[in-house]
Amino acid sequence: MNQRKKTETVVEIKGLHKWYGDFHVLRGIDLAVKLSEIIVICGPSGSGKSSLIRCINGLEHHDKGVITVRGVELSSDVKNIEKIRADVGMVFQQFNLFPHLSVLENLTLGPIWVKKIPKAKAEACALENLKRVQIEEQAYKYPGQLSGGQQQRVAIARSLCMNPSILLFDEPTSALDPEMIKEVLEVMVDLAKDGITMVVVTHEMNFAKSVANWVLFMDEGEIIERNTPEQFFNSPQHERTKLFLSQIL
Amino acid sequence: MKAFFLKWNRAVKWSRKNLFSGPLSTLITVLLMVFLFKTFFPLFNWAIAEAHWNTTAMECREGGGACWSFIGEKARYILFGHYPRSEQWRAVFFILSIFLLFFLGQFRRLWSKYLIWACAVFPFVGTLLMRGGFPGLELVKMEDWGGLPLTLLLAFVGIVVSYPLGILLALGRRSSMPVINALSVCYIELIRGVPLISILFMGSVMFPLLLPEGVTISKVLRAQAAMILFSSAYMAEVVRGGLQAIPRGQYEAAKAIGLGYGQTMGLVVLPQALKIVIPPTVNTFIGLFKDTSLVFIISLSDLLFTTKASFKDAEWLGFSVEGYFFAAFIYFVFCYFMGRVSFRIETEMSR
Repeated sequence: MNQRKKTETVVEIKGLHKWYGDFHVLRGIDLAVKLSEIIVICGPSGSGKSSLIRCINGLEHHDKGVITVRGVELSSDVKNIEKIRADVGMVFQQFNLFPHLSVLENLTLGPIWVKKIPKAKAEACALENLKRVQIEEQAYKYPGQLSGGQQQRVAIARSLCMNPSILLFDEPTSALDPEMIKEVLEVMVDLAKDGITMVVVTHEMNFAKSVANWVLFMDEGEIIERNTPEQFFNSPQHERTKLFLSQIL
Repeated sequence: MKAFFLKWNRAVKWSRKNLFSGPLSTLITVLLMVFLFKTFFPLFNWAIAEAHWNTTAMECREGGGACWSFIGEKARYILFGHYPRSEQWRAVFFILSIFLLFFLGQFRRLWSKYLIWACAVFPFVGTLLMRGGFPGLELVKMEDWGGLPLTLLLAFVGIVVSYPLGILLALGRRSSMPVINALSVCYIELIRGVPLISILFMGSVMFPLLLPEGVTISKVLRAQAAMILFSSAYMAEVVRGGLQAIPRGQYEAAKAIGLGYGQTMGLVVLPQALKIVIPPTVNTFIGLFKDTSLVFIISLSDLLFTTKASFKDAEWLGFSVEGYFFAAFIYFVFCYFMGRVSFRIETEMSR
């Protein structure tokens, strides 16, 4: 990857505000995600981390500010939102696989119906991505027959099949048993090494230490601190960050 | 011999434990047995032992048992009403095809788009076949239809049309667009709040007044429309129950890969929701099937109507019980098959 491309901005957020009724959940967020960057967002619950990344693909609408994905501004126009969603992958805490479809069908649904890729080609690509998350032998099973860790890896593969510019992770390991967290994190580390742009909301600090380019700390709807992992964990700048780290480490 | 005693011993033990475990249970057992003997044997005697099978009305009256000869004599009229005799093969064909569809529906191997299409299209093809009016098939006016084919037609066209309508109404009721939402809610609440009989009356008496002069719509079609309007409202609420059971995450995951509203519903939400509501769906269908018997009040000659009409033959007066038994049996057979197919589908889909 050449240098010029490395600096390309994938997602840019400026002056983002969001309210849930009277509750001001996001208070002026500015954030730029560059190509192949890994950004980890952490912070106490209710701090607006999930709301922030759910705004990026329009699952939550924002009240003020500008979000651009690859130069396209996210508006309230349905076609525009759908176009951006096809380019932004998302992995959920609860996996949200489609239980009535086999693993392979879960993976090919988007490519076939949204990207209009021929079925055979979509299936080949799906198997490729299943291999990438080390689960190709489960292609013809149904989600209900898989463990939580396997389901989450399928969910990651499902996002990859859309060939997204960026992957969003919303606490991907929070619903997993401890022994399954590792297998999911390993897959995510592999993706990071492959240069996939990622924004990850997580409390897995070891993941942040090993692959993140930036660690963001959010509290009460604001980004309090943005730092490299070394700085963030060794010499945090803000009192609230220190307090938070002392509680979770 | 030894084996027999062993079995006998086990039977005695079982009945002591389950039927005669104490004074109260003994009393209940005895009472129930008396009740069974008092009801079953007279019924058996009436319906089979002393029944008349192939006799004249006079012979029937002299004996005591059921007069199935009456059914033999009247079956043709009860089943087909005034549908022309020479054309009745069309009605028979229609009925047999429905049985065939029921039969094929039992086998998972045969489940395919084609079978679903066959089920969806068949009622309309059947109507065309029954009506005729094109080269090769003589026209039989809808007013002349009667008996079982009319009942089946009202029921199955009703089912096939009200199912998709109900789905649309359910989606409308959950829509965030205020106009569509309000229309759906109004429609559903209005139709559910009114008895079917009154909708049938409106269709047959009031609706023609609204039509411009000279335009007439067959009474059968008006009854059919009323049945569809009625059952689609119920269907809508059944489907809504299924939609509510689908977790929000499913919608979000579908959206997150870029699926639009129609795709999200058609590919992700509805396949799951409709599967959940198979039992109440079939419940509604069976209800609709039996409700077709209400069309007698606008004097359409459905199965129950022709059954009753057959009682009026002066020569065969007084055999209404047999007639009702026959009609009940036919209704039961169809409802049983519907229930069975649904049960098969449920068990196969939950694997």
